[in-house]
Amino acid sequence: MSNLLPIQILFAFFLIFAVSRVILRAKEGNIRPSSFLFWIGIWVLAGFSILQPEFTTYLAKFIGIGRGTDAVIYASIAVLFYLIFRTNVMMEDLRHEINKLAALSAIKGIGKSASSSQSKTKKK
Amino acid sequence: MKKLLIILPAYNEEKVIGKVLFELKSYLKKIKDLNFEIVVIDDASTDCTKKKAASQKIKVLSHPINRGLGGALFTGFEYAKLTGADFLLTMDSDGQHDPKDIGKILKLLLENKTDAVIGVRNIQKMPFDRKIITLAGSLLTFLLFGVWCDDTQSGFRAFNKEAIKKIQLKTQRMEVSSEFFNEIKRNKLKFAQVPIRVIYTNYSRAKGQSNLNSGKVLVRLFLRLSR
Repeated sequence: MSNLLPIQILFAFFLIFAVSRVILRAKEGNIRPSSFLFWIGIWVLAGFSILQPEFTTYLAKFIGIGRGTDAVIYASIAVLFYLIFRTNVMMEDLRHEINKLAALSAIKGIGKSASSSQSKTKKK
Repeated sequence: MKKLLIILPAYNEEKVIGKVLFELKSYLKKIKDLNFEIVVIDDASTDCTKKKAASQKIKVLSHPINRGLGGALFTGFEYAKLTGADFLLTMDSDGQHDPKDIGKILKLLLENKTDAVIGVRNIQKMPFDRKIITLAGSLLTFLLFGVWCDDTQSGFRAFNKEAIKKIQLKTQRMEVSSEFFNEIKRNKLKFAQVPIRVIYTNYSRAKGQSNLNSGKVLVRLFLRLSR
């Protein structure tokens, strides 16, 4: 611990906080097991990269990027884009749920509306 | 006797809705072989659309909040499923569709030749900006869903009972026009195109799809594909 830079210590504390939030949300049942594993994986990987910076350099060389820092930035951007995409999909799903409620309200509210029904039958 | 349900999504159409419904009812009196019901889906209008429609003795389903064209058509389909309609026809409520085309559109469904019919506007007679939107809409629909229709943005459509049962709309706004083709393909439904007449007025042009929201439509359709 004594060999750690102040920035590493700061990030490590932040990651402990982040992991604790994920565990707390999982206990409350607010996130699914797959989301729990995804976020724990992200934070553990981030923690490992902070405490063992040479790991990112090794990873960077392995995938053909010069520096470990670059690899982390590229990976972070990719993850952020993915999360934005997922959030957008989730918002569209929520909008659809609102549509269902609006439809239900409109159909159930027939009797209360100012309208009157009209159905015309024609005979041959 | 089979039942035809006609859905008119409406948002702030107080200026024309009364005339549109009157003309529609006058035409439908001539159709002898079907029971019909006209339903206006009032998408939380802030003017007197609901009152004007109700004054024509038409059923009005009112959204508590604005949900867009897709939301209004979703409500129409839900109502059609609930009431067991045999055919569902959608029309714009701004007066651009001629009720006289209903017969042409229904003919193919009544003869059991197809599951869905799209009323296609003559692109040569369209104002320039509408031509661009129509072509872009058709191309986009083809690229995303692999289905070609000359006028995917047309609001004049009809569906048989099987199509009513299978189509599940999920988009909210103008992108619903393209989504229909995704649903047609996904459910292996047959569709046909029928030429229709369109009455362009300053009013209907102002109410139509904005030239500027095409980007939003593209993003939403992409998200629709991802769900």
